[in-house]
Amino acid sequence: MIYSYFPGCTLKNKAIDLDIYARRSAELLGITLEELPEWQCCGGVYPLAKDKIATKLSSVRALAASRDAGHDLVTLCSACHNVLKQVNNDMRTDEYIRSRANNYMAPDAEYNGEINVIHYLELLRDTVGFENIKKKVVKPFTGRKIGAYYGCLLLRPGKVMQMDDPENPKILEDFIRAIGGEPVIYAQRNECCGGYATVEDKAYAASRAGKVVDNAAACGADMLITACPLCLYNLNKSNAENKLPVVYFTELLAEALGLKEENDV
Amino acid sequence: MSENNICREDILRISGVDTRKCMRCGKCSATCPAYDEMEYHPHQFVNMVENGDIEALVESPSLFKCLSCFACIDRCPRQVEPAKLVEAVRSACIRRQGHNHLSADAIPAILDPDIPQQALVSAFRKYSE
Repeated sequence: MIYSYFPGCTLKNKAIDLDIYARRSAELLGITLEELPEWQCCGGVYPLAKDKIATKLSSVRALAASRDAGHDLVTLCSACHNVLKQVNNDMRTDEYIRSRANNYMAPDAEYNGEINVIHYLELLRDTVGFENIKKKVVKPFTGRKIGAYYGCLLLRPGKVMQMDDPENPKILEDFIRAIGGEPVIYAQRNECCGGYATVEDKAYAASRAGKVVDNAAACGADMLITACPLCLYNLNKSNAENKLPVVYFTELLAEALGLKEENDV
Repeated sequence: MSENNICREDILRISGVDTRKCMRCGKCSATCPAYDEMEYHPHQFVNMVENGDIEALVESPSLFKCLSCFACIDRCPRQVEPAKLVEAVRSACIRRQGHNHLSADAIPAILDPDIPQQALVSAFRKYSE
């Protein structure tokens, strides 16, 4: 199976682990990810104002390029996924945005939301299948109590993201079971980490992330996994009383599949 | 009224929100992770925009405390989606004042070398026009 792939800005820099372990694992699982040749930054957050069209165009370009390549588009970073999926939804359902974006960009073929935006986790669940991943695990995380941290962007808005139940998700817990670990359910798993507020006000974000980490620790987690570079950063910089290791879910996937090497960063 | 006044209709147009759908349940503020940081809370944005009490919102630091986490958008039982009002007032505020809330010149002094690029692009999207 071949998919177009949108890594996003952070996966080329600070979150390179999230990217390399995903690519390596995909190969073993029979998935080919073809990086879009000329992708631009998604902007990190979906523009909510009705009169903002220009800030959605980089996403439209990626979506149209994926359509032209003939593949659905896979994303990995929670933020890229959120922005691209919401803009794709606009191009399908909002005539005001669709007509203005197409008129401005004047592409050879108008883009009308023809392709699907798929998160790497959805690929694992719906295309590969968690049962098949389980069969390929050579180094299971037996006995490890792992807290899935969804944050906000993977799940919301639920009616657009349509990845899982936004209030009682299980895709990451099912992933944890597939690699042999024991998922830990805690209340703060789908509440915000403090997000971009850390740029201006570190204490504010650290306090928000602290609530997440302490809640996960109180429920028995001994590590946290995430799909979002900013969540990982905020959780690591939190003011929590407990310190838990935070890693990208793709790193655990690669490790379970025997694809993590000694000299990996 | 001077031409610099931001009116209720501007905010309703930019946000696409219909404040009249609100049934005052308060769920948006109850679920808001930024609640303690905000002078005006999500349910107050809805009520104040509905009443045309825009200026107090435009002047409030609350505009830059919203985390855009979509909690109030997803959990509103009436699809009022208060975060869209916060975004609309924030945009209107920055457009009127004529300069961005966060400037690139300010970044080197506050930059943590570990910070992911995603944080910066997101902050610029939220704090500038």
